[in-house]
Amino acid sequence: MTDSLDAPPPEWAPSSDDAAATGGVAPPLAVEARGIVKRFPGVLANDLVDFDLRRGEVHALLGENGAGKSTLMNILAGLYRPDAGEIRVDGMAVAFGSPRDAIAAGLGMVHQHFTLVPSQTVTENILLGLDRPRFLLRERRSEAEVADLAERFGMRIDPRARIWQLSVGEQQRVEILKMLYRGARILIMDEPTAVLAPQEADDLFATLRTMTAEGRSVVFISHKLGEVLAIADRVTVMRRGKVTAAGLPTAGATKADLARLMVGRSVLESLDRSDVELGPVVLDVQGVSASNDRELPALRSVSLQVRAGEIVGIAAVDGNGQGELDEFITGLRPCTGEILVAGEPVANRSAATVLRQGVAHVPEDRTSVGSAPNLSLTDNLIMKRYREAPVARGWLVDDASARTLADGLRETYRIAAPTVDTEVRLLSGGNLQRAILAREIETRPGLLVAVQPTRGLDVGAIESVHRLLLEMRSTGAAILLISEELDEILALADRVDVMYEGRIVGSMPVAEAEIGRIGLLMTGGDEEAA
Amino acid sequence: MNVRLEPRTATPRWLSPAITFGAVVVALVISGAIIAIVGGDPIRSYLHILDASFGSVGVLSDTLVKATPLILTGLACALAFRMRLWNIGAEGQFLLGAWGASAVVLFPLVPAGLPGIVLIPLMMLAGMAAGGLWGLIPGVLRARLGVNEIIATLMLNYIALFWIQFWVFGPWSQGGFQQTKPFPEAAWLPRLTDLADVVPAFGGLTVHLGLLFGLVAAGLLWLFLERSRFGYEIRLIGDSPRAARYAGIDIGRRLVVVFAISGALAGLAGMSEVNGTVHRLQDHISPGYGFTAVIVAYLAKFRPGRVIVAAILFGALILAGREIQPSGVPSMIQGIILFTLIVGDVLVRYRVRIDRGGGAPVAPSAAATPTPEAG
Amino acid sequence: MDLGLIVAAGLATGTVLLFAAIGEIFAERAGVLNLGVEGMMLMGAVAGFSVTGATGNPWIGVAAALLVGGLFGLLHGVVTIHLRADQVVSGLALTFLGTGLARVLGEGLTNTNVERLPALTIPLLSEIPILGPIVFRDQSVLVYLGFVLVPAAWFWIERTRPGLHLRAVGEAPAAADAQGIGVHRLRLAYVVFGGMLAGLAGATITLAVSPGWFGDQTVNGRGWIAIGLVIFARWNPIRAAFGAYLFAAISPFILGLQGVPTILGVQNPFLPGRSATFFLEMLPYLFVIAVVILGSRAAARRRIGAPAALGVPYVRGERGH
Repeated sequence: MTDSLDAPPPEWAPSSDDAAATGGVAPPLAVEARGIVKRFPGVLANDLVDFDLRRGEVHALLGENGAGKSTLMNILAGLYRPDAGEIRVDGMAVAFGSPRDAIAAGLGMVHQHFTLVPSQTVTENILLGLDRPRFLLRERRSEAEVADLAERFGMRIDPRARIWQLSVGEQQRVEILKMLYRGARILIMDEPTAVLAPQEADDLFATLRTMTAEGRSVVFISHKLGEVLAIADRVTVMRRGKVTAAGLPTAGATKADLARLMVGRSVLESLDRSDVELGPVVLDVQGVSASNDRELPALRSVSLQVRAGEIVGIAAVDGNGQGELDEFITGLRPCTGEILVAGEPVANRSAATVLRQGVAHVPEDRTSVGSAPNLSLTDNLIMKRYREAPVARGWLVDDASARTLADGLRETYRIAAPTVDTEVRLLSGGNLQRAILAREIETRPGLLVAVQPTRGLDVGAIESVHRLLLEMRSTGAAILLISEELDEILALADRVDVMYEGRIVGSMPVAEAEIGRIGLLMTGGDEEAA
Repeated sequence: MNVRLEPRTATPRWLSPAITFGAVVVALVISGAIIAIVGGDPIRSYLHILDASFGSVGVLSDTLVKATPLILTGLACALAFRMRLWNIGAEGQFLLGAWGASAVVLFPLVPAGLPGIVLIPLMMLAGMAAGGLWGLIPGVLRARLGVNEIIATLMLNYIALFWIQFWVFGPWSQGGFQQTKPFPEAAWLPRLTDLADVVPAFGGLTVHLGLLFGLVAAGLLWLFLERSRFGYEIRLIGDSPRAARYAGIDIGRRLVVVFAISGALAGLAGMSEVNGTVHRLQDHISPGYGFTAVIVAYLAKFRPGRVIVAAILFGALILAGREIQPSGVPSMIQGIILFTLIVGDVLVRYRVRIDRGGGAPVAPSAAATPTPEAG
Repeated sequence: MDLGLIVAAGLATGTVLLFAAIGEIFAERAGVLNLGVEGMMLMGAVAGFSVTGATGNPWIGVAAALLVGGLFGLLHGVVTIHLRADQVVSGLALTFLGTGLARVLGEGLTNTNVERLPALTIPLLSEIPILGPIVFRDQSVLVYLGFVLVPAAWFWIERTRPGLHLRAVGEAPAAADAQGIGVHRLRLAYVVFGGMLAGLAGATITLAVSPGWFGDQTVNGRGWIAIGLVIFARWNPIRAAFGAYLFAAISPFILGLQGVPTILGVQNPFLPGRSATFFLEMLPYLFVIAVVILGSRAAARRRIGAPAALGVPYVRGERGH
């Protein structure tokens, strides 16, 4: 780990008057990046990218997954070093060796995955990594400072709360406070609304406006067109590592313009959503209640149904009970109430029993729940079938038929792995997810429970996952789709159930669904209607 | 300068055995250096070990006698380690196995004068049952109460030691000595030398039936681990318990079963030792077979076939090491071998890259698959 | 039986467990499980004893024990932190290596005598009625060092900036790394420090509590007992001190039962010479199992327990476990 710094961070001149005083020229840009190139093995993530950020603006960086947005910002935040290119902050050339250098120059990034210590308090997390206090932690004093700072930017937070007690939205506030406490004048936010409910997002936008009003600048990474137009002053669009539009003012831009710049083709995935005749009820959840790991109520008398040939989407903001819902259905957690699969009770039965009832499961964590990383592709593909012939031969596993099965799946589902003996930790996210789906689909389940099936995948992989789900639906399977991507649910599902604080607060056919209403339901704004 | 580890995407077939061999050689060189530093003669020591363990058919036979309990305890550890279950209690389970077998003839639990063909299987069963029950304790504690099995098994080793001492100093003591009376001859495991009438070349060879127990157990364990559904489940649990649960496997139950089988194997080792060599129960029947087993299992990469080879090597070390001064040398060599083996493991899993100068990227090149934009 | 003497002796033997347990707490709070305590203690014991014998100065012996313990910690640290080897196996290897090497180096040290560390009586504190003479009279300097170490360790971990970083590195290394904290460097430092304390624990045996070298019987499983205490103490130095002193005070009391002819009018089955004393000798080890069961249950019930990243090597860019 190197801590070296090729150039010292420039001293920040706190008032913009200074710039004017130094000769009446236009104030230097807050950030100016020229000709940035960054390669990863097999990928040219940034190809001669230019980017500039003015003081006091919200600048959106728009692009699909894999377009190179996060790479560019990780370079600005000191996490990666560019292979070529130049970065200026307040007019001075910088070369960051670590995020610490970037922060010293006033650049702070809030990542999509928070970097907080769950067992520590808000204040402790904010102090983490700082040079002051020098030795003794004076908690009262720091807590007061944090409270003041939060108030100044209109953020509600208890400085003494422990992180694990906080909602995701509150945790995001801690991340922002962390940067502000370090004197960040430029805040980079990586898809900040992905984890927020619409109302929480509004709070965030208000905070960001307070910041820009003080002369701070914000980079807002997103792939959601609506919110980009709502919050940003200007937008830079990237596609496949290149900038397709630089610093376009949002005033006057339309969603259609941005969409074309972003994908270079029609935005709408052409999904084959043929009509499927609905069959009998396959999954029938009746009044299920349960607690989560913290022994707080996770589900409160949840009832829902999924019929054969139907995809039901669960829309909810992170932490409203949908994250555990799959584990109650698949027998991984205990609950009270009744769950029927094809008429048979499965609640509180062992996972093996639920499996035998024809329930397939694509879990949220595909690298340590959905697969065993150091075992071969074959071992991973037989995970749900080693108990039955032909893979099982009495108490033995028949190696030859296991390999035949694995080879067949690799072929059919285009799993890019050198051989079926390859350890699955070496597969890319998309290939691993295809392998998991292949295994689950091939158990010919009556019901599939899929959680965040496309999180972190590139565009091509997302499409192939969506196709597989729709194909399953057309063969008459019932699918429960739990996703934080509302767009995904609206594109795939026939019905959407909205969850809030462990309850189903609304249920409607997607054809009649209206985003505004779903958003309201997701935030508990319309509870009586449920 | 910057040292980085990059996961290997493909591992040549020869690499792992080559590195294992290299690790043993490096360990012997380091140990030799230490022996030289404390004033010994490493080359003479090593030659002595070689000569005193493999130099003639007679000593080779003695080596195999020492290797016999190591094969069985090594298998016990290999089985548990496959599931990442750290059974460090093979020593205690060995002792309990010896005690259980002894109990059959010393209490006695069976009428005197039973023929060997009945008595020996009974003592095997008793030894395996006692070792298995001793193994069950940490298994149940871990499965039910989440108690760390390393601490539990280690403490049970000490308790087993005092348990044996109680019996050999107390109720079973022969004339106040720290040993019991000898077992009836029917209980002795047949030795090669017993066949000297038929095959004169076998005269004086002490290898006993216990070796066959070890070889058969290795074969059965191989079948169990590599080919059975249970073996597959153990592999799955060992790699990712959460994935195993997701696949519908009851981990707690597997854990208890594995601990019981592991304990039974170590218990069989104890039975084989008292019935095959000392023919009575006494204090100090184990020079640490249960601890050496940890290294045997590790050297064998938890594979039953290789456990046999590793056990023979360490059997030689224990046999010949007794005469080597200073007395801690064999134990020291074992520790160093274990260290070089785990460092060698790193070389099998990762490619070591050394960058000079400041041109190293800040980006984590060690990340398994650098997806430039995750989500 | 003089209860005061037993307690005073308990404080001395408890200090051995205390040093080792607090050293292990530091390593584990930083996220590194080190099962090599037994080996490190043996190495510290033999280094302290033999160097004192060679130089005649027990302080140089203590320094040697610290050095050797630290070097063993360094070995474990480099292998597990930088080379990402399994912490359990490396710790076991450390114990084998320490046990063997200590016996090699201790060859010929049995039945020899060396200078002991001085015992002190603290002027004013020893005048306190009842407690004073027991706690502050004629105790080895290391016992007093133990008294100071416990609150200092607690304060360091809970109330200082370096302690904040220590906790972060053991709980959420990725978060610490993102704040520019050198996760590997810090973990290594605490593993080395833990090793030094284990070495000191060993030297405490050979230079203060029960002087002499008795091969691997010198430590006799106390390294493992210390690891058990850490679980019981739920990684808190003050609870660890409580456990260490309690354990040390109970052990001689139990063994003391051997000397009493009758207990409550019943003939004592544990009189010396009776083989039943072996059951008394089992008790400390049974006690550790009981204590670990209690610790594990409390941890499960209150959802507080091992540092979240304990045993998991940190690799930048790999998320979660």
